[in-house]
Amino acid sequence: MNSPIEAIGLTPYLSIGAILLVLGVFGIFLNRKNVIIILMSIELILLSANINFVAFSAATGDLSGQVMTLFVLTIAAAESAIGLAIVTVYFRNRGSIEVDDITMMKG
Amino acid sequence: MMTQIVFYVFAAVLVLSATMVVSARNPVHSVLFLILAFFNAAGLFLIAGAEFLAMTLVIVYVGAVAVLFLFVVMMLDVNFTHMREGVQRYAPIGGIVGGVLLVELLMAFMHWRSASNIGQIAHLVPSSPERTNTAALGDVIYTHYIFLFQACALVLLVAMIGAIVLTLRERPTGRRQNINRQHDRTVTDSLEMLQVPLGAGVDAQGGFLRPHESYDIAAVPGTYGTEAWRVAEAQETTGTALVMTTPANGTKGEGDE
Repeated sequence: MNSPIEAIGLTPYLSIGAILLVLGVFGIFLNRKNVIIILMSIELILLSANINFVAFSAATGDLSGQVMTLFVLTIAAAESAIGLAIVTVYFRNRGSIEVDDITMMKG
Repeated sequence: MMTQIVFYVFAAVLVLSATMVVSARNPVHSVLFLILAFFNAAGLFLIAGAEFLAMTLVIVYVGAVAVLFLFVVMMLDVNFTHMREGVQRYAPIGGIVGGVLLVELLMAFMHWRSASNIGQIAHLVPSSPERTNTAALGDVIYTHYIFLFQACALVLLVAMIGAIVLTLRERPTGRRQNINRQHDRTVTDSLEMLQVPLGAGVDAQGGFLRPHESYDIAAVPGTYGTEAWRVAEAQETTGTALVMTTPANGTKGEGDE
């Protein structure tokens, strides 16, 4: 295995992944009103998972992690497409995208 | 040494742009910083030797998802400054949750170690210098992970159908194609010869798209010319093909009866 990751090591990659995860969770709490930024924060969290997968895949020399990353990418794309469609429909019905307003299902 | 410098530049820009994604005032800036973050993550993937995934990340995220986000942000007419009101209130909660998560991750960092038998794990596809990353991934995806791959295709199909079903709406002004009615059209239904005087134009004769009586031949039955259509057409400022203008002097062409 002569990957350049040997020059860096696994720990920096995992640190980046952890920082991105924390930033994503923080973003969900910070932008409680804006659904679009919440969706972007979820993308950041999935990106951190991807970075961890790729780092471990490169460090252990096994490609399974990269295959998983490919599948996570697919799910993330599908999720954002559906989420944005829901946001569009919700905006069309209510005229706002504030999360606090989503109480229509409440009895 | 060079690799380390490149890695830390990518990592620093990635973390900074991710911070800007969650803290930018304008959501358009958030999307643009998200694009920057994904570019830098692709750089990190490249350093880790995952070229195919790096390119996929750029294509899928920068090419599709980020454009989708931009499209939605710009299409929705939302007062985004009003959205930022709760930030002061929510920042402490977010800080606490994020801090707890960070401490947990740090503790996991300090105590994790590789399993002692990690060297003996049988690799599905051991990386080898003579096989490129893309070719090796292709070897695995279409053999061992073929069912997972097909399931991904199904997920994408369901997502596509779901997004269309959610956002499609029937408008009374919508002009759908009706193939039977198109085939039923005859020349007399759709053509009318006009004698247009020089320099007069066709506006004085009622504009294009004539004869008007048979104009709904190609439209969906019961949609054109009804009261609902008139109401919707009055509200709709754009998108109408038929422009009726009253001529100033009221002259008509010779061929017009």
